[in-house]
Amino acid sequence: MIELKNINKTFKVAKRNAGFSEAVKALFKKEYTYINALQDVSFSIGDGEMVGYIGPNGAGKSSTIKIMSGILTPDSGECMIDGRIPWKDRIAHVKNIGVVFGQRSQLWWDVPVIDSFELIRDIYKVENAEYKKTLSQLIELLNIGEIVKTPTRQLSLGQRMRCEIAASLLHSPKILFLDEPTIGLDAVSKIAVREFIKTINRENKTTVILTTHDMQDIEALTERILLIGKGRILLDGSLSELKTRNSTHKTLTVDYSGEKLPLSEHMTVIKNIDGHAEIIIDTVFLTVSQAISYISSKVEVKDMSVMGETVDEMVVSLYKEFEI
Amino acid sequence: MKLYFKYVAMLLKSQIQYKASFIMTILGQFLVSFTAFLGIYFMFSRFHSVNGFTFSEILICFSIVLMAFSVTECFVRGFDVFPRLIQSGNLDRILVRPRNEIFQVLTSNMDFSRVGRLFQSILMLAYAIPTSGIIWTFDKVMTVVLMLIGGIAVFSALFVLYAGISFFTIEGLEFMNIFTDGSREFGKYPLSIYGDGILKFFTYVIPIALFQYYPFLYLIGRSDNIGLIFLPLLGFIFMIPCYCFFKFGLRKYKSTGS
Repeated sequence: MIELKNINKTFKVAKRNAGFSEAVKALFKKEYTYINALQDVSFSIGDGEMVGYIGPNGAGKSSTIKIMSGILTPDSGECMIDGRIPWKDRIAHVKNIGVVFGQRSQLWWDVPVIDSFELIRDIYKVENAEYKKTLSQLIELLNIGEIVKTPTRQLSLGQRMRCEIAASLLHSPKILFLDEPTIGLDAVSKIAVREFIKTINRENKTTVILTTHDMQDIEALTERILLIGKGRILLDGSLSELKTRNSTHKTLTVDYSGEKLPLSEHMTVIKNIDGHAEIIIDTVFLTVSQAISYISSKVEVKDMSVMGETVDEMVVSLYKEFEI
Repeated sequence: MKLYFKYVAMLLKSQIQYKASFIMTILGQFLVSFTAFLGIYFMFSRFHSVNGFTFSEILICFSIVLMAFSVTECFVRGFDVFPRLIQSGNLDRILVRPRNEIFQVLTSNMDFSRVGRLFQSILMLAYAIPTSGIIWTFDKVMTVVLMLIGGIAVFSALFVLYAGISFFTIEGLEFMNIFTDGSREFGKYPLSIYGDGILKFFTYVIPIALFQYYPFLYLIGRSDNIGLIFLPLLGFIFMIPCYCFFKFGLRKYKSTGS
């Protein structure tokens, strides 16, 4: 159980304008600006939930993750994770969490991955029998049996990420924080990583909190999303809810034969060449079926497809809506 | 403790992965300190004594300081390159592991190529021991051992202090080298030769003289005060403020995140 209540965090950042004279000035007198990294952030996440935490760069995602993992102390507010305050009870707290920073490695660079795993086992004091069980499960699910004997530096990014994730789960944590786990991965590795996250969430009941900029991750993995912007939680809801809420438009692609494409109100043509047309329908006033029956009554339709907004577009419109 | 040795094995394994580089660095370390030795040697071929200290006596002093320093550099390297740990974000990783922070910083980095320097200091000591004219009774041997231990304590404390400062500023940290590398260079000669002011500074502010100068006087028979043997142990007291300062910096890091 994760519970955050009115978390606030302000950073002091040295401000300096460009230019040499400014640099000299900064030597003697530093000007600071205050950035509200987090303002009144509150949410709670139940055991076994999988939550996507999204927001543009600099919105406060990493700060929240850092607070939840005990690295950062907030200025004010409460944070309880499984009955502990992360930054006060650091050692006891971190035994129960796993953290994957997508852009940093926790494996020792020059030694085989398996050596890193064994050292991590000792750091977390995992029983040997328990370790062997977890390890074989992870190796099988992540398909890393072949590569664990290779030094980390020789692994591809996709292989390394799979090993990173395995390393974060060797101590069977109850909560897993994933900070951009699919960044820079190819399609095959991405899908493998996603499948794996789904599996451990389902089978081990691991709570997963995922930050990402890859909306396919969100679509494939999470039911619930938290949107943060400028340090505030703007939205907390399910993905499908958000979709219906936000999709006011659908795109209709029609291949037709006939003289002229008929149009009614609330339809906007964005493309119409040689019997191939793309039409945007304002679904607030006109349902998709109404539009289809209207068009097919006027011209002979050869092919037709309907597309809703992609999650990417949805997020863009969300960012616009909240002006972040 | 078992975990500590596992870390040592791991880091050693990593470093000997690049055999040629590792051996060359050791050789380089050896040669650098060898030139320092030559410096002393040539000076003594002209002057025969510095402030009344003979060549062998100076060598004992130098080799003990060098030995303590290279052992510290090898095992406390994590604090020496601590700014890198902050910049790379690996300190965050340390903070999400269920072990003591100091322990993890210690085990984050070790530099085994320092055995080059260590070897140099052993050679010098091996040469100086029979030629210095000191009668090696038990108390004299103890003095050397305690000087070494005290030296490691003080140098470690300095590294920890250095790491503590890097929480506040990354720029301008170079001045700290005056105290770390500087003490090694200063420590070549018994601190009294630099004059009273420097000796006082290195007694009361940065307590290098506690393990270098005072017990050394007893060692070469310039003082009969047997209490001087135990002076190096005061170096451990110096660790306390340095440790507190590091902890203070860590608290600040946790509240600012950078």
